[in-house]
This record gives sequence, C-alpha cells and structure tokens, in this order.
Amino acid sequence: MGAQLRVYKRRIRSVTATKKITKAMEMISASRIVKAQRAVAASTPYADELTRAVTAVATRSNAKHPLTTENPQAKTAAVLLITADRGLAGGYSTNAIKAALTLSERLRGEGKDVVTYIVGRKGVSYYTFRDFKVAESWTGFSDKPTYGDAKAVAADLIEAFTAETGGVDELHLISTKFESMLTQTAVEARLLPLKLDEVQLSDERPAKAEIFPLYDFEPSAEGVLDALLPRYVESRIYNALLQSAASEHAARRRAMKSATDNAGELIKSLTRLANSARQAEITQEISEIVGGANALADASRGSE
Amino acid sequence: MAELHVELVAADRKVWSGAATIVVARTASGDTGIMPGHTPVLSVLETGPVTIRTVDGGTVIAAVHGGFISFADNKLSLLAEIAELADEIDVARAERALEKAKSDLDEHAERRAEVRLFAARGLKAHV
Repeated sequence: MGAQLRVYKRRIRSVTATKKITKAMEMISASRIVKAQRAVAASTPYADELTRAVTAVATRSNAKHPLTTENPQAKTAAVLLITADRGLAGGYSTNAIKAALTLSERLRGEGKDVVTYIVGRKGVSYYTFRDFKVAESWTGFSDKPTYGDAKAVAADLIEAFTAETGGVDELHLISTKFESMLTQTAVEARLLPLKLDEVQLSDERPAKAEIFPLYDFEPSAEGVLDALLPRYVESRIYNALLQSAASEHAARRRAMKSATDNAGELIKSLTRLANSARQAEITQEISEIVGGANALADASRGSE
Repeated sequence: MAELHVELVAADRKVWSGAATIVVARTASGDTGIMPGHTPVLSVLETGPVTIRTVDGGTVIAAVHGGFISFADNKLSLLAEIAELADEIDVARAERALEKAKSDLDEHAERRAEVRLFAARGLKAHV
C-alpha cells in the first residue's frame, strides 16, 4: 500500500470514530430533551398557581412591599446568568453570555452598578478568564436542575436584595427559552421588583387579566406577600433553569447532528480520494511493468 | 352533597387532585378546615399534615412542608415546596431522618420527619 493511500485510510478511521461519538451524543441529548420538557410541564401547575396568588395579593391589597415597589434611585442591579456546565452545545452558552453582556452594558448606561451571578461552568470560565467580577456562582446541575438547586440560587439572591446595606435594588435574569426543538432564544426578564403588568401565566396570558375574588388574607396581606414572594422568585428561577436545561439539550443535539453530518461528508470525500489514490497506484504499477517488459524486449532484440 | 375541587401541587409535580368534602390543613394561625362554600381565603401553610376527605368517603393524608393554601370559587389549591402522600412516605427512612435530626438538634428537620411519620401512620390507622 502506498504512503498516500495509507494516510487517507488513517484519516477515514479517525473521522469514523469521531462520528460514532457525535452520533451517540446526539442520541443521548435527544432522549434528554424529552425528559427536560416533561420536567418543565410538571412544574407549570405550581408556577401558575403561585403566579395567580402573587397577582391576587398584589392587586387586591394596597400592601407596599419592598419586593414590589419600584426604587427610582436604583443603584445596583444583579444579573443572574444561566449557562451550561459542558460545551459542545453550539451557540447555547455564548448566546446567553452575549445577552448578559448587552444587558450589563445597558444597566451601566443607566448609571447602575452591575453584580453578576452565574449558573453553569461555561459562564463562570468566560467571566473569570476576562477578569470580570462574579459575585456568586453555582455549577454542576445545569443539565438536570432540581427545586433544591433553584432554592439555593434564589436564597442568595433574595438575601442580596433584602440586605439593609450594600444590597441590590434590581434583579435581572438571563435564561434560554425553549421555543421548539430548533429554536432556543436567550431572554432577559426582570424578576424584582415585580412588574405586575408583565407577570404571565405559562400560556403567556397576562395574569392580571383575571378577576380575583376578595380573599381573606391570613395572617395579613403583608404577611402572605412576605412568604409568597420568595417562593415566587424560587419558582421563576426553577422554571428558568428547567427551560435552559431543555434548551441546552436541544442545542447540543443540533450541534452534534451537524457534526455527525459533516463527518459523514468528510468520510465520503476521503473515500473518493483514497479510491483515486489506489487507482493511481495500480495504474502506475501497470505502466512500470509494461515499461519494464518493453525495456527487456528492446534489450533482447538488440543482442540478436 | 356539596363538594370542592382540590389541587395539591408540589414545586415539581402535581401530587393529588380531585373532589373532596372537607380539607384540613395547618396554617400560620392554626389548623383550618375548609368546606365547600368557604369564603375566599389565601394563607400561609406551616409544615404539617394535610387531611383531605374525598367524596367517596376515603381519606387522603399528605405531609406538606411550607407553602400556601388558597380557596376561591369552590376550588382549593394547596401549593407546597415539598408534598408527599402518606403512602409514598418511606416510614423507615423517615424514622432514620428523625433519629438523625434529634441527634443533630436540627429542629426543622425533626419537625419534617415527625410530620412525615404522622402522615404515614395516620393513613394506616384509617385503613
């Protein structure tokens, strides 16, 4: 076997191995999307009921609560960015990071200090590599978040928000919305202070459109709101984590699918090249033999 | 007989839903019983057992850890961060958790474990 042919054969073998891996990753992601979507669906009844309750209390009472009142002199804004723990997911993490950077830029333009909180190893490494400050980060659960994870994240954020001094005045969230298997978009939302007009149920109807009965609040409207709002923030973060997890799997599936397709193409063109190299080798051998035979014939004719 | 519709929802799943005649839950201001036609109410739930008496005479007991109860238009929503039906509770595990909480002097964990055990045993007493 000629050197050229051997090189082609080796490259084909290596690309085939890569293709096997990307194909496996594609199939794993495909099965996990379904699970992640089911988790999103399972969490919606709670989120919807909670949204209704929060809207009911906020509209039915004149309670002034720090978590719902707009602070006109907002000085610091917290940004929670949700990214993936692992790579090979196409533009998934990059899109979220870009959205976070744009938002931070805008907030700074409004004269606010930006404090960044990050979920997911990819976001953390992007920020630390560029020496951007990260207030707090959580990693290790981006592909399968639990309610406990969301609670841990929310606890720190709420603490920063309610702190007497040096706390944050606003809380923004950057996550990736799972629109379909093919489309996932990075979205930003302001969690706190709560903008009632923007509070939506899962089917995107505004929660405010509903007419709420005159509830008796126990122990008091303020007491209920005090207990409700942290739960609301937790549930929003939980939902964002779940949506982002589903998006991550979908993005990875798509990236791996095109990697598999590309590997297939590459194998095809390499096979063509290997075939023509082999053919060239055979042709050369034949012409050498023919040339050799001719030379021999010429030599023996000369000696007669 | 009058009945009310109950939804018991945990943060990550719907635990139980159906028709009931009375629901008893522990709120911040004590045990509250809610029957059909109750005035609309929204209150904070404590860690405690929730007892639902279904229309067919059965009883559903669940251990609920923190959350809310809201009632309006004959529809009762129980929202809890964690909610477990009595028959889902692993008694041996809850007992171990109780032992551990007692030795660690963790009051919250102890209360949670007690409620779990109470709910699990309460169901057995009814059967």
